[in-house]
Amino acid sequence: MSNDILVKVRNLSFSRGSRLIFDNISLDIPHGKITAIMGPSGTGKTTLLQLIGGQLKPQAGFIDVGGHVIGDLNRRQLYRARRDMGLLFQSGALFSDLNVFENVAFPLRAHTKLSESMIRDLVLMKLEAVGLRGARELQVSQLSGGMARRVALARALALDPQLMMYDEPFTGQDPISMGVLVRLIKRVHDALGMTSIIVSHDVPETAGIADYIYLLAGGKVIGQGTPAELQRSQSPYVEQFMHGLADGAVPFHYPAAAYQADLLEAVE
Amino acid sequence: MISQIRKLGDQGLNVCNELGYSGIFLFRTLFHKPRLTKSFPLLIRQMYAIGVLSLPIILVSAVFIGMVVALQGFNILNKFSATEELGQMVALSVVRELGPVVSALLFAGRAGSALTAEIGLMKATEQLASMEMMGVDPMWRVISPRFWAGFYSLPLLVIIFCAIAIIGGYLVGVVWLGVDNGAFWNNMQASVDFRIDAINGVIKSIVFGFVVTWIAVFQGYACIPTAEGISRATTRTVVYSSLAVLGLDFVLTALMMGGW
Repeated sequence: MSNDILVKVRNLSFSRGSRLIFDNISLDIPHGKITAIMGPSGTGKTTLLQLIGGQLKPQAGFIDVGGHVIGDLNRRQLYRARRDMGLLFQSGALFSDLNVFENVAFPLRAHTKLSESMIRDLVLMKLEAVGLRGARELQVSQLSGGMARRVALARALALDPQLMMYDEPFTGQDPISMGVLVRLIKRVHDALGMTSIIVSHDVPETAGIADYIYLLAGGKVIGQGTPAELQRSQSPYVEQFMHGLADGAVPFHYPAAAYQADLLEAVE
Repeated sequence: MISQIRKLGDQGLNVCNELGYSGIFLFRTLFHKPRLTKSFPLLIRQMYAIGVLSLPIILVSAVFIGMVVALQGFNILNKFSATEELGQMVALSVVRELGPVVSALLFAGRAGSALTAEIGLMKATEQLASMEMMGVDPMWRVISPRFWAGFYSLPLLVIIFCAIAIIGGYLVGVVWLGVDNGAFWNNMQASVDFRIDAINGVIKSIVFGFVVTWIAVFQGYACIPTAEGISRATTRTVVYSSLAVLGLDFVLTALMMGGW
């Protein structure tokens, strides 16, 4: 069973300043599946991707990706390990001084000695996969938000990574772009047989394509299971999140003194 | 009282921390695996952005500075009937001091601030992070070409500045105020020593190029990736660079003139 797990997170603790982001959490990301990490904003979903990618180091516990304990790797080993990972940033993070073609060609030029004609063919194949082969000459500033994210996806896939991570891929997208991205992520995952991690708080879109979901809140894993299992869950946290209830286990109000006392204090 | 001492200690620790970080940053910029075929085009591109695009401001400033020095010098020398020494005065002022210092200050304002803002914006838009996630070291791809381009560009700009400033001085001294053409050039040639004056001026420009570009790329890389953070980092680049140039100019001049 353990050979089926690509990413093992064990007893992970991490804090930023005095704020505890993860409190001794453990989770597994299986090979060849789409695993979603979900939870309210500010629960550290993006931080988890940064920890898996080695941009941050755990303060306790460890993260094992394909047999490498990420926190123990030196810079060179880490950069080598990252060639097997792709990360779609929330902002796209395209290089603004390069056009669409050069953005997608960037990792190929950096890590391979392929001929120019081979690079051209590979870039066009990746752009065809995301439906933007015709946009290869455009500058980044000429792309819409949805197009930029698709180009970023093509770039992240350029080296055919074993592990693909998506950081809030659906945020800020119109319904058409969102539908395109949902289908694209699923299609690419199935076609390339990769392992995918989607960090998101868009429940219907993510639940529609995920094989397994981890739900994070308050530094803990508060729920996990297949989308169907979580939809049926009786846990107040899980129920509130999956059904988008405004108030519940996660309170609507930020912690504060009693409302009446606060108002009276202002009068005095 | 105790809290003030603690605050002072905190600030001291922060300064040490930043100095150490900038030292490690510099080490990583200077020493990494060379990839000449891939690095050279990046360097050329940055030399265009940093050096060639700084030329207009350098040329215009040089002409005016040469003209002002000639005008002021003519009025002073005229009192001693020594106006034929004007060429010497303009050349020495420009080659020893004004060329390296003014060019470095203009370079910090034009190219240094642009470097900081560009790198800071790349950080804010996660371009540096995405590069790292693709297994490409931003120190090699982004920082190093910019650092070396600035380091190579400033001495070249200083040489151009000096040549243009002397022409500015010639226009005012010889063409406008009527100083003898032969005396202007002959006295300049006789009094400006290549090793003592010209080489020392270039050495200053190399030191200034190193320091200004280091400050600029470090401030961009270490900035807080927000609009306010980038704005503060850009301001710090100009302020720190200007102070460093003026302070180092005194130290280098004292060393070169044998004052120590």
